[in-house]
Amino acid sequence: MTLRIEIEDLAKHFGAIKAVDGVSFSVRKGEVLGFLGPNGAGKSTTMKMITGFLAPTRGTVRVCGHDVLTDPISVKACLGYLPEGAPAYADMTPDGFLRFIADIRGLTGADKKRAVASAADRAQIKTVMFQPIETLSKGYKRRVGLAQAILHNPPVLILDEPTDGLDPNQKYEVRTLINEMAHDKAIIISTHILEEVHALCTRNVVIANGQIQFDGTPSQLEAMSDYHNAVCVSVANIDGNAFTAFLNGLDFIAKVETLSANRGFRIYPSNGRQITLELAQVIRGNGWEIDSLYAENGRLDEVFRTITMGATGSLRSSI
Amino acid sequence: MNMRNIWFIMKRELSGYFATPVAYVFIIIFLLLTGFSTFFVGNFFERGEADLYPFFSVHPWIYILLIPAISMRLWSEERKNGSIELLMTLPVSVFEAVLGKFLAAWAFTGLALLLNFPLWITVNYLGTPDNGVIFAGFLGSLLMAGGFLAIGACISATTKNQVIAFVLSLIVSLIFVLSGYGIVLDFFSGWAPTTLIHAISSFSFLTHFDAISKGVIDIRDMLYFASVIMVWLFANAIVVNARKAD
Repeated sequence: MTLRIEIEDLAKHFGAIKAVDGVSFSVRKGEVLGFLGPNGAGKSTTMKMITGFLAPTRGTVRVCGHDVLTDPISVKACLGYLPEGAPAYADMTPDGFLRFIADIRGLTGADKKRAVASAADRAQIKTVMFQPIETLSKGYKRRVGLAQAILHNPPVLILDEPTDGLDPNQKYEVRTLINEMAHDKAIIISTHILEEVHALCTRNVVIANGQIQFDGTPSQLEAMSDYHNAVCVSVANIDGNAFTAFLNGLDFIAKVETLSANRGFRIYPSNGRQITLELAQVIRGNGWEIDSLYAENGRLDEVFRTITMGATGSLRSSI
Repeated sequence: MNMRNIWFIMKRELSGYFATPVAYVFIIIFLLLTGFSTFFVGNFFERGEADLYPFFSVHPWIYILLIPAISMRLWSEERKNGSIELLMTLPVSVFEAVLGKFLAAWAFTGLALLLNFPLWITVNYLGTPDNGVIFAGFLGSLLMAGGFLAIGACISATTKNQVIAFVLSLIVSLIFVLSGYGIVLDFFSGWAPTTLIHAISSFSFLTHFDAISKGVIDIRDMLYFASVIMVWLFANAIVVNARKAD
């Protein structure tokens, strides 16, 4: 079975508010789906419906082939879930908490011991295993929640903002952990940290106002940026106007922008193609000396803003 | 229904009681209250009878005050700190969770009740009581405590605020006790048909508990408490399902 999560026309209405309104997508084994969107876009609500915590107003969710409405226990058994804010039982220790989860997950004896030790090891909470969870820092609490989610090595992982509240080192560790697990799981991660799009995800779904605005790869998402494949170049001892005029005459260049102090230029390609090599050749061919030259990938924050502010409408790309 | 899940939830809940001083404070206050009222309110010595009637007769009143203190946190705490989302996305059914939590609270109350055993030793030392009646009293008290706990557990699921849960549970418990009390029944006896009066009094914990604590183990009284517990726990599951995500 390659399709691990199948969501069709999922909706959740709270009275007149349409928190989620007709969302459909699926996630395969080996995919890490980054669920992006502004606060209140419906990310958490969608995740709560996938995990069977919230009953949908409309639509279906199937996890590992089980329908969440008719067989919620089977769905819950095959997924690990880190709820938003990583709630846990504050008066328990991570050790007691993880052993409780292991019990409920049906692990016993040596399997249980091994699962708890391995989850604690991978989430790096071994040093705090016997302190009450309420005394732990935000970062440790988050990792206790993460340990709980991966404890039974589930085929499907749903993580609601797994790196929220972590310092840069901890973020790195958590991303490494998720990348390590990615090959044999289907993972959904919600985040609004855009750097995670490349660090973690093989695919992105952007949601705003309860509807999917984009569904594609991180590169496709970046390609939507105006800056995608733009080249920044600075050239020694140059007459800015002559250089600009020369570049504007080339057919693979759409626009030239002068950056600070007349020394740097940002050059936008026509049709969004890669022009780095061609550009370097023509500049050198004219006897100019290149100080530096690099291509931009595209600015995700700009794309994110454009998509979620609804200016471009639905930009759903083909997969 | 998966018994293992019920057991694990019960175990976790029980260990939660003893992780904080709450359990010890509760047990000490419970023992002080029962002891005090047995000797000073119930006139244990002055009666000159070798039984524990003064002890058991105050239980409904002590439970009204103390049981809501145990039951108030059962669900409202989970809802307040969000752990209910964790619990309800584990592979357990709502009813398993409801039963597990209820049984934990009930076992804890049972333990507190059991710790009154010195009274039983005392009365056996002083005289020759009918230990069957005393056993019936403990059984009846435990059943009644279960009834109060089921009420409190259900009410606890309706709110995130433990104080509100406490006050509401106390009031509902009071209604269930008072409906069998002389003053309330006298109020109706002047004009209401006797069937209504019987109905009101038969709904009271007091009526059924009195019978059991006097040594009359009637299957109907047992069934009464069993059905009160089941009805409230069923309502509890419905409330949890409806309000868990609010």
